[in-house]
This record gives sequence, structure tokens and C-alpha cells, in this order.
Amino acid sequence: MADTAALENSKKIQTLRKSPAALLAAAFEAGSVTGVVELREVPFLTMAGLRINPAGDAGQRLGALTGGLPAASGEVRSSGDTAVLWLGPAEFLLVAPAESHESLGGELPRTLTESLGDGEGQVVDLSANRTTLELSGPRARAVLEKGCALDLHPRVLKAGTALSTEIGGIPAILWKTGEETYRIFPRASFAEFLGRWLLDAMREFATPEVP
Amino acid sequence: MLLISCPNCGPRDETEFHYGGQAHVPYPENPAELTDREWAEYLFYRDNTKGAFAERWQHSTGCRQWFNTLRDTVTYDIQAVYPMGQPRPDRENAAKETAAAGTTAPTVIPASPEGTLK
Repeated sequence: MADTAALENSKKIQTLRKSPAALLAAAFEAGSVTGVVELREVPFLTMAGLRINPAGDAGQRLGALTGGLPAASGEVRSSGDTAVLWLGPAEFLLVAPAESHESLGGELPRTLTESLGDGEGQVVDLSANRTTLELSGPRARAVLEKGCALDLHPRVLKAGTALSTEIGGIPAILWKTGEETYRIFPRASFAEFLGRWLLDAMREFATPEVP
Repeated sequence: MLLISCPNCGPRDETEFHYGGQAHVPYPENPAELTDREWAEYLFYRDNTKGAFAERWQHSTGCRQWFNTLRDTVTYDIQAVYPMGQPRPDRENAAKETAAAGTTAPTVIPASPEGTLK
């Protein structure tokens, strides 16, 4: 009873909160070029940081929940709508839809914390740490190449790869979710900067190519 | 810009890394027994090598792990990348040749051609 009241209250609070790039929502819409390159924010995704030895008991338990833990740089393990990104040999980032968070009636990160128990490791709710910018379209790679030194050619960077790197001079995680879709996770305080940087990089594609 | 081969993540730009200074500077066994001069030398005195120099790097915007490199201070050529706690690969080879009793060779990861800048 008390729990449902708390949940209702928490849902009411959710309607008041603003995502880190909310002030750019109109600019994202105006700057997107339909069918060429589009940018939008995917706000409030549930994220949890896992610091755990994947080979240990606690690592195995958490791995069983998340469909395994990725083993090498770039790997992403998904089960359903939940994905785990490799950040380091013993550091992972779990990404799930906003509704999965316990404040919205979901079960994350509670199930993870319970599964860890008193095992060696750490589960931290990082949902407010980063926001998600989704860049998509045939020219998305050209936009990213202006500020990311990674080899983004599809021959090298396959869909379903996530790498922690620098984009536009700031640290961010780049996750290629589809052939022409990228999710970028900048820290919340960098969201506005990176949003404006991407808009600027996208601008040339709004006008026809000069032959 | 150096291209450094992180043992976990592969070749990345130098700007993704944090420099950790000279490698293989052992913490004194009995710090309390050192004279001020010896302590100051441990804290602040570092080699200023012309040629192969062993140094520490951390991939701070990537996997956040520390590792050692052997870098030529003249040509900036990264000759080897090896894990923390392992002896210098060039010194190790020299010692092995003289002792001629190498039990386990260190796993030296030679820097890829992409990782070298001449």
C-alpha cells in the first residue's frame, strides 16, 4: 500500500524532471535532416555501473541475469531490451529502457543489487550520470568522423559494438546499435556541448551537395 | 599525436591516455630509514633518458587500465607495450642472454605498425 503510494508519488516527480539535453529538443528537431542525418535525445535510460570480476561467483550470478558479461573491448551482451557494454576488464555498463527503473515500477537496479548480495563487487545506479543522444541516417558516420578518431568504417566498426572514446574532444561512449544508428552516451554535464557540436557537424548536410 | 596501442582496446589517440611518468621506480623498503636526500630522490628524481625509456600510461577515456610502454624519446617509436609489474622487456632479454637460463619469457606485445610514429 505504502509502496504503491510511493510509486505514484515517484511517477509524479518524473513528470517534473528535465533531461540533460531537454533544452535542445527543438534544436535537434530543426537540425535533423529527414532521411539524411537525424539527432534526438533518448532521455532517462536506466543505467547501472557494474564493477565485478566476470570470472568470480558474483560475476557469474550477475552474468546470468544479464545474458552474460562481455569479455572484450567493444562487446555488447543483450538480453531482451537490456544490454551490457564492456567498459574495462572488470567494469561494465548496463543499459535498459527508462521503464525498467524501480522508480517507474521496474526492477532495476534492485535485482542486480540483490543478485550481488555480499559478493565482491559493486552495482551503482548511474541512470542520471549520462544521457543518450541517438544519431541516425546515412550520413551519421560522416558527422561522427569529424570529431572521433576511431575507424568508423562498417568494415571495422560493426553494428552491436560499443567503445569508450572521445567525440568532439570529450569522453563519451559510442554504441553502434544499427548499420546507420549510433547511440552516444556523454556525461550529463557534457550533453549540451555535445548536442550543439553534433548540430554544427550536421549542418552541412541540410543543404544540397555542391558538385 | 602518438598512436598508442592499449593492450585492451587497441590503437587509440594519445589524447585518450594519461601519462604516468617513469616506470619501475620501486617504493623504498624502509621509507622511515631514508635520509631526506634519498627520499627526495625517490620522490622527484627521474631519469632523463635519450633513447628507450620505460614509462607508464593509463587509458583514461577507455578501459581505465594502467600499462607500461617502452618508448624511444628521440623517435617517439613505441617499441613495446607490456603489463604492469613485468620487467623491462629489453633489459630482461639482455639479462637472459648473459644468464642463458631463461625459464619463462615475458609476454612482450610488440607495438603494431599502426602504433608507431617515426
